[in-house]
Amino acid sequence: MNHITKTLGLAGLIGLAATGAQAQEKLKIGLLLTLSGPSAVLGQQARDGFQLAMKDLGGKLGGREAEVIVVDDELKPDVAVTKVKGLLERDKVDFVVGPIFSNVAVAVHKPIVDSNTFYISTNAGPSNLAGKSCNPYFFATSYQNDQNHEVLGKVAQDRGYKKVYLLAPNYQAGKDALAGFKRHYKGEVVEESYVPLNNLDFQSELAKIASMKPDAIFTFMPGGMGVNLVKQYRAAGLADRIPFLSAFTVDESTLPAQQDAAIGMFGGSNWAPNLDTPENKKFVAAYEAAYNAVPGSYSMHAYDAALLIDSALKATGGKMDDKNAVRAALAKANFKSLRGDFKFGQNGFPVQDFYLVKAAKRADGKFQTEIAEKVFDDYADAYGKECAATN
Amino acid sequence: MSDWVASTPAPAPALRPRLNPVPVALFALLALAPVFAALSGAEGYVLSLLTRVMIFGIAALSLDLILGYGALVSFGHAAFLGIGAYAVGILASHGIEDALIQVPVALLASAAFALVTGAISLRTKGVYFIMITLAFGQMLFFLATSLAAYGGDDGLTLPARSTLAGFALLRSDRALYAATLLALLGVYALCTAVVNSRFGRVLRGAKENAVRMEAIGFHPFGYQLVAYALSGMIAGLAGCLLANQAEFVSPAFMTWQRSGELIFMVILGGLASLHGAILGAAAFLLLEEFLPEILHTAAFLASDDVRARLAENWKMVFGPLLILVVLFVRGGIMGLLGQRHHG
Amino acid sequence: MTTTLLLVQALNGLQFGLILFLIAAGLTLVFGVMDFINLAHGVQYMVGAYLVAAFASWTGSFGTALLLALPAALAFGLLLEVLVFRHLYDRDHLDQVLATFGIILFLNQGVKFVWGAAPLNVPVPEVLSGSVEIADGLLYPVYRLAIIAAGLGVAALLYGLVSHTRIGMLVRAGATNAPMVSALGVNIRRLFMVVFGFGAMLAGFAGAMVAPILSVEPGMGDNILILAFVVIVIGGIGSVRGAFLAAILVGLVDTVGRSFAPNLLRLVLDPAAASQSGRALAPMMIYILMAAILFFRPSGLFPVKR
Repeated sequence: MNHITKTLGLAGLIGLAATGAQAQEKLKIGLLLTLSGPSAVLGQQARDGFQLAMKDLGGKLGGREAEVIVVDDELKPDVAVTKVKGLLERDKVDFVVGPIFSNVAVAVHKPIVDSNTFYISTNAGPSNLAGKSCNPYFFATSYQNDQNHEVLGKVAQDRGYKKVYLLAPNYQAGKDALAGFKRHYKGEVVEESYVPLNNLDFQSELAKIASMKPDAIFTFMPGGMGVNLVKQYRAAGLADRIPFLSAFTVDESTLPAQQDAAIGMFGGSNWAPNLDTPENKKFVAAYEAAYNAVPGSYSMHAYDAALLIDSALKATGGKMDDKNAVRAALAKANFKSLRGDFKFGQNGFPVQDFYLVKAAKRADGKFQTEIAEKVFDDYADAYGKECAATN
Repeated sequence: MSDWVASTPAPAPALRPRLNPVPVALFALLALAPVFAALSGAEGYVLSLLTRVMIFGIAALSLDLILGYGALVSFGHAAFLGIGAYAVGILASHGIEDALIQVPVALLASAAFALVTGAISLRTKGVYFIMITLAFGQMLFFLATSLAAYGGDDGLTLPARSTLAGFALLRSDRALYAATLLALLGVYALCTAVVNSRFGRVLRGAKENAVRMEAIGFHPFGYQLVAYALSGMIAGLAGCLLANQAEFVSPAFMTWQRSGELIFMVILGGLASLHGAILGAAAFLLLEEFLPEILHTAAFLASDDVRARLAENWKMVFGPLLILVVLFVRGGIMGLLGQRHHG
Repeated sequence: MTTTLLLVQALNGLQFGLILFLIAAGLTLVFGVMDFINLAHGVQYMVGAYLVAAFASWTGSFGTALLLALPAALAFGLLLEVLVFRHLYDRDHLDQVLATFGIILFLNQGVKFVWGAAPLNVPVPEVLSGSVEIADGLLYPVYRLAIIAAGLGVAALLYGLVSHTRIGMLVRAGATNAPMVSALGVNIRRLFMVVFGFGAMLAGFAGAMVAPILSVEPGMGDNILILAFVVIVIGGIGSVRGAFLAAILVGLVDTVGRSFAPNLLRLVLDPAAASQSGRALAPMMIYILMAAILFFRPSGLFPVKR
């Protein structure tokens, strides 16, 4: 196994808390994340977020010593399936936490829930897992994939943009993104432009945008594609003329490379590093001190996932035997999320606030997204009603 | 271009069949593995890993048939894995879950794709052949990503594993393991028979010297095309099994990187030995799975942080390992086992 | 809008094609002259980009960084040649493939180990930032014009080198019949080393030039490697002229095709079907082009006679 076992928790020996710390076996958490290839930075953010939470919780979840096993899914769905089987059967994990990408999430869903193991997604939220294929063993501390896009659609609608140009990579998530945008945007879409996945050069699309002069553009360009697009958009002189609305394009994973080029560009999110809660301030400061990077939502979701597991095990006294009790405790989401308001809908996806965020340079020269306005309050996803599970 | 694979005389078939200890040991190990798996306490995981090894063994075997014996380096072979997998996935999503329908459809589709693309590709030689097969593989990959009805890029989950003549025989991991082992044995026997037949000798002859083969009245094109189609069908079968093993189908099965990995498995194992390809697949997949842990354990004196970094960067060890194998062990793993047929 | 847009897209295609040419030129020479298949050529492009990123953050100037990165890329290429490649010249192609794949794995992980997984930023040099208005409302970045100029300059230089110098003559002779060149008393090993180092430097130069506009990240050379192979195969292996024309062709087909395929399909299909099939077709375009060209000319457009 890709065993990067980190046994945390020696610190916990000092304070054997009253929350039912018995001489139990260690709780095992399998962290399934993309840690190699160009998208590795997202997996690292999630891993670091989870490890930070473990440190803050003294290496214990719900009072039980916990072992975290990190595996790399290599962004290959079939590799991920085998690795997950290793986590489930060899390591006998109690929770699988992850992954980053939807195609991996869909592939490992069946083996995990079939083995009656709890599966907590820290990023991927594909529509079928929220709807038709929802499962009582599945929870997400992130969002349903469409929701960040819906934020921008709502903003475009509210601001009265008449003509919007849409740009996405040519794959399923790209198509879903544009569909999500159009859920609330009712104006004219002058062009839906799809570029090949891992496209490097957007000059051809930028030329089109410049000639069409839309009121705004909306784009979904994760990872390196987003870095390229933002730098090229700025270089083409469009940034000051046509508002740049985006999702997963300017965030803490790409800002270190985009830097000044991204300033003033908009994104949609359920959180930002400058969200003003005491817990969040502490989290951001601790994360930056430990990993020398500004945390993104990937880290935040993973941190919250650890808090969620901790809260559920506190409620069951550290016991995992009664799965229904664990599930009921998870569903209560009885923890203080870094993002403030948080509860689960009946499909295991969060009901939470969403914000329009804007890339900015901080006084210390680092870059982060900052909250511009709240767009949705206690917002649930559109697929929950298709979910027949009763949990 | 000169010969793609520098003239490496393929093994002359032994006059009297002699039992080669390597494949015997290999298959004996695979047959005994379920016992070990049951004792390991993580039966499903071990079986699933070994099933994957055998599936890629089948795919690598199919590639060795044309690469090792025909010097046809297909850089689009993962496309056949995809065809087999999508045949299972698409039929299953329409309610046709029986392997007796799925597998023939997969084989026919693979054969059709191989005949069409092979007829075009075989006009070219050497690296041009590599690149044109890549082109066809890429076309199929992009086609799969645009199949929105079947999950597009995200792929689709199988409702359940295939049934066999209406019975849910493959539901358990053990049964799937057994079925895969049988398929591997069957394919191995078939390929051995093919390479030792007259057909196989013509194929090898065309690899050594196509002009001479023409001169003595053989037209290599037809032989090569049939071999290419046969190879594609075997890889398609591997695709059916892969879909059942992962219970999931995705365009990620047919990326060019995957085609490349198949080539590396064959070279790593040792060309033109059939069981070498299986060993190559096993070495490749098992190293991918265990190298991080091996590194983690081997560095037991170092601090936790160093060990974690070492395990995370296992590819920095894997890469040089491949280079060393090439530089110092001619003929891949089969060379290492002293079974080098050529050089 | 269509004519100016077409012009801009053609310019984009040209720029993309020239970058491809910088990479493909070295690849086709190494392949043609040495009969050596170097999968690690793409990571040399990546190394060029990382070197310029590192030097730029160290010196604060892109120009200085570029001047430092070129010899560094050359040195790195020669180091690889001494350590690995020279032991592989007399091996068959498949051994070369496996070993150079090992180099890819090592270096992709290596740059991640040294510089982290997050993409790096290289600012556009001050003098070349900004854009010029080439038509009403259509701005074109100056830096891209600089890439086009640099690409054409290198192409001209290569043409001069290959067709009018002694070393160029040896390279051409080597591409046609290396053993004969060797038999005539030329130190073929040294020729190989020169060609190899030069190819590595060109790839590194391409990486350095795109660093300010593309994200510098691990694995950035993998996809470009495949495109470079497409280019040299279309052009005919060993032919620099073929690589040049094929690179421009691939650049134009990819860029212009992507932008106009849905529009063209709209003439024969209804809009929804046109955009659907245009989307499926666009990424396949260069592969269809390659398959078609190889169908009619199985050794590429400019096969080197041998």
